[in-house]
Amino acid sequence: MAPVGASVGLVEPQQRHFAQALPLRSGKQLAGYDLVYETYGRLNAAKSNAVLVCHALNASHHVAGSYAGQDKSEGWWDNLIGPGKPLDTDRFFVIGVNNLGSCFGSTGPMHRNPETGRIYGADFPVMTVEDWVDSQVRLLDEMGITRLAAVIGGSLGGMQALDWSLRYADRLRHCIAVATAPNLSAQNIAFNEVARRAIITDPDFHAGHFYAHGVVPKRGLRVARMIGHITYLSDDVMEQKFGREMRAAELGYSTQDIEFQIESYLRYQGDKFSEYFDANTYLLITRVLDYFDPARDFGGDLSRAFARAQANFHVISFTTDWRFSPARSREIVKALLDNRLDVSYAEIDAPHGHDAFLLDDPRYHGVLRARFQTIAREVAAI
Amino acid sequence: MSDHREIELMAELVPTGSRVLDLGCGTGELLALLRDRRQCAGYGIEIADANVLACMQRGVNVIQLNLEEGLAIFEDQSFDVVLQLDTLQNLRNTEKMLLETARVGRTGIVSFPNFAHWPNRLRVLGGRMPVTKVLPYEWYDTPNIRVGTYADFEVLARKHGLRILDSFGIQDGRMVRGWPNLLAGTAVFKFSR
Repeated sequence: MAPVGASVGLVEPQQRHFAQALPLRSGKQLAGYDLVYETYGRLNAAKSNAVLVCHALNASHHVAGSYAGQDKSEGWWDNLIGPGKPLDTDRFFVIGVNNLGSCFGSTGPMHRNPETGRIYGADFPVMTVEDWVDSQVRLLDEMGITRLAAVIGGSLGGMQALDWSLRYADRLRHCIAVATAPNLSAQNIAFNEVARRAIITDPDFHAGHFYAHGVVPKRGLRVARMIGHITYLSDDVMEQKFGREMRAAELGYSTQDIEFQIESYLRYQGDKFSEYFDANTYLLITRVLDYFDPARDFGGDLSRAFARAQANFHVISFTTDWRFSPARSREIVKALLDNRLDVSYAEIDAPHGHDAFLLDDPRYHGVLRARFQTIAREVAAI
Repeated sequence: MSDHREIELMAELVPTGSRVLDLGCGTGELLALLRDRRQCAGYGIEIADANVLACMQRGVNVIQLNLEEGLAIFEDQSFDVVLQLDTLQNLRNTEKMLLETARVGRTGIVSFPNFAHWPNRLRVLGGRMPVTKVLPYEWYDTPNIRVGTYADFEVLARKHGLRILDSFGIQDGRMVRGWPNLLAGTAVFKFSR
């Protein structure tokens, strides 16, 4: 199917400094910091058409459009956002914010701690979804946006959208949570821990202060990305894409060379990732995922956690996503139903596993288009 | 339940301001009608992708679920009215779904094709399974895997101690109160636990 709609075109990131320290859930605080963000479309006079897009593990504020002079620099959700696309920038003002602790511009472990003058490295404070959302709220305050038309996110981004609906209940109309979960399962945490151990045990990691040694723990990052990548794909898609396809016609009888195409693919993904991603960021963001658990303060009762929520919800899952399975989304739906909140839930029968939330399955984009059309009508009627 | 007059008849059974659950809600036509004319709030349940999308386009709440898996997601007596229109006969677990309907809703409303409608009886007497406007399928391709009659439902309701609050037939978009088991293609029951 041909993509519907056009690109937002060339975009440029913006940056804003926050001099006031950000209090964190851990009890620590983050001294003066910067947030990098991008916006697409125009904010209307009533400032009522803003949509915040929250990003997942290895993404950024660069959600849509592309950068001048850079090939293949389309944003990570470019298929969803643009003029005439499901999240239509002719109607909405779309904001993408790079989360703190990331390695794509906002203050993170690669930056200097203004209090010590030294690179943060492993000393960058451990963040939570709640801390990120607090920092996003500050940015919106600066923009004069008191109430978002919607917050949307997939995976870890979906967790941020859910947190918005809980702790800033009166500051969003719609909450769209895609391929996400109310917390990580033991299996999810286990995968994260394998990735973390791969990085931490890399001799080049130097307890997180590798910058001073002029090295990068690339071996650890590669393995972390490889394990992550396996969990983003479904068994079926991997079978279909690679199967048992070999590199050579004959077996090489080697335990160390690449024999199967899937090995080649994973190594390539790992190599690519280790070139641009920061090891401390990876550790930090996997921890953010592990810690998210809004029911924790309510004796594990998710329904009680959602008693504060007011938004109109849209929950979407994918049948072949085994990392954040439909059953986890149904837990969220149940909590919303228990609180008599407006909610729609779509379970998209797509073959692509967790990655499906980044792809453009027509059923998936169809329900999002319908939802944003409803929101646009509401915004027009305010 | 595509006939608009039937949908209007069903809407009249739902008290104004009710909290409603519509099992097998199709394109959400009834839910939209109940919202716009009777100030009802609630949700539809659908399995088909196209119907889920249609509901979203109408702006009614829809939850994509397979009814065969039950209603575990809903608490006891959490709705004023649970509707199950033209759906019961498509489910394997008909009896379980009926009980689930009674568990989740203070009132249940079901409709289904009445196999004892006289043209169906004639057709069976002639040695063939009925094919009519309400039952347009051949025996080998029908989604109606549970074949029942108006009278059969009364027996099932009695078996489970369900209280029938109202019942009638529908034929050609009109309510049939006399001899519904013989004279109506569609059976309607309103009941509670």
